[in-house]
Amino acid sequence: MSGQQAAEEYRGWMITKKYGNFGNEGSPMLNKAGSQSMMERIMRRILQVGASISIIAIILITLFIFIKGMPLIGKVGIGDFLFNLDWSPTRGSFGIGTMLLGTVMLTMASLVWSVPLGVTAAIFMAEIASPRIGNLLGRMVELLAGIPSVVYGFFGMIVIVPFIRENFGGNGMSLLAGTLVLGVMVLPTIVNISRDAIAAVPRDYVTGSLALGATHYQTIGRVILPAARSGVITAVVLGMGRAVGETMAVVMVTGNSTIVPDSLLSPMRTMTSSIVLEMGYASGDHQAALFATGVVIFIFIVILNLGVNIAAKAGARNAA
Amino acid sequence: MQRKWSENLWTCLFWFSAAIITLMLVSIIAYIVYRGLGAVNWDFIFTEPSRAGKEGGISTTIIGTLYLTVVSLLMAVPVGVATAVYLEEYAKKASRFAQLINLTNETLAGMPSILFGLFGFVFFVVFLQMGWSILSGSMTLALMVLPTITRTAQEAIKSVPAEYMENSLALGAGRWQSIKRVILPPASPGIVTGIILAIGRAVGETAAVLLTAGSSLNMPMSLGDPARSMSVHLYILATEGLSLERAFGTAFLVVVLILIINSLANTTLRRWSEARV
Repeated sequence: MSGQQAAEEYRGWMITKKYGNFGNEGSPMLNKAGSQSMMERIMRRILQVGASISIIAIILITLFIFIKGMPLIGKVGIGDFLFNLDWSPTRGSFGIGTMLLGTVMLTMASLVWSVPLGVTAAIFMAEIASPRIGNLLGRMVELLAGIPSVVYGFFGMIVIVPFIRENFGGNGMSLLAGTLVLGVMVLPTIVNISRDAIAAVPRDYVTGSLALGATHYQTIGRVILPAARSGVITAVVLGMGRAVGETMAVVMVTGNSTIVPDSLLSPMRTMTSSIVLEMGYASGDHQAALFATGVVIFIFIVILNLGVNIAAKAGARNAA
Repeated sequence: MQRKWSENLWTCLFWFSAAIITLMLVSIIAYIVYRGLGAVNWDFIFTEPSRAGKEGGISTTIIGTLYLTVVSLLMAVPVGVATAVYLEEYAKKASRFAQLINLTNETLAGMPSILFGLFGFVFFVVFLQMGWSILSGSMTLALMVLPTITRTAQEAIKSVPAEYMENSLALGAGRWQSIKRVILPPASPGIVTGIILAIGRAVGETAAVLLTAGSSLNMPMSLGDPARSMSVHLYILATEGLSLERAFGTAFLVVVLILIINSLANTTLRRWSEARV
């Protein structure tokens, strides 16, 4: 900036100061007052409104699902609704007992194999593998997470269900098929969060343990895993949340009969499946019962979220 | 000696877990590609389905997917980025409002898609009388992808050094002016990564779309028309046993789309982190 320009700017500034701002152009230095700050105020408001939308959305979601579902739970009675094993909506019997049990059994069965595999893989990626192989495996897990659930369901239906039918008998559409498909689907959640937790363990712990003469594997078992425990628990709880909420893949491979599964080969139905199967034609109390099922899923998820927060708090306390 | 033995066993287990995960991914993708590739040709992509999907191609579902994804992002991106900017540059980190938004974002992110579907159905389709339409479906999808966009945008803005803002403010620029000229440009690749991830989610979503956009096979003309996305089409073809060949073709296209989207997100992210070093 030449001296003359600077002098002109300065003069402009004096004028602005005396008579206010004439335009919005020029150096930002001159735009302290007037339309500039007006713009700033408006933008701040707009951004604030944008930020509030998610809050409004969550309030509306909760409100509408509960308003549609709660009256029916009241009418049937909460105990009867949750634990009655008879679901015959056309004859006015609304008990989601079989599906509640189905969701719980399927979730547990999937986690039984998916958690050990996922945590082992997470340790491998964070501690054992070279960075190159670790990253490669990370990409694979990312891709697994990216595959839509309907594709998993389709694969399960075409490959896993016939495989079970031919090798273990039964119809193939079963708790076992759901367990295999759902386990793969929650794997990315478990691997990613456990790996982050393991990677976040302070390196001093590791070097300290190694300096004391422990082997790498002893360090993993006695130092790293205990220190990462709350993160791993978070991973499991979040995986559980995914399993409870999963719909499309489950509906395509589990056969959807409203019975209590008596073996791994028995067909079964989850709460989510029920909604997606019957929402298309349900009306009146039947539709309300599906929303009431949604309320139960909602409460499940909220409880699991609280669990995550508690695990995170416990982790923070341990670290301190 | 004993320790050595058990450590070897663990080494085997570690490699085994990695191998299993690789095998699962590769077998799913390879199988879909292998069975689907033969079903896909230009005709399949460009002709309309007929006889409930038993014959013809899947052109209307491709258009439906496109519509739903684009419209939902048009709504979710501005809101998500605005939220991120507000949280990172305006709100005090410890304020009630900021904490509340972070909490709601977490809750939205953890909510299963079937609940979004139920809400979209009762709120957009029934209460606001938008019917089964692209608009209802897109609004529902927008709520679903909002947390993804907000969170990645937040991370991207956070990663811009604080001195940028301080220097810009010290030069007399207003806060919004600084955000627009100084903060958003270097943060944009990170924001774009979030948008690409959101596209992936919107393309693959089935349950929520089925409950809010309907499953009409007609070519959607306006936002008020019902539409069927490719994922919904795959579900219906497979479960109603209409045409296995077309189901494989649709699954192939969905998987290829997701793979492309995923690698796009990765290259953007990599280029971004390289540029920052």
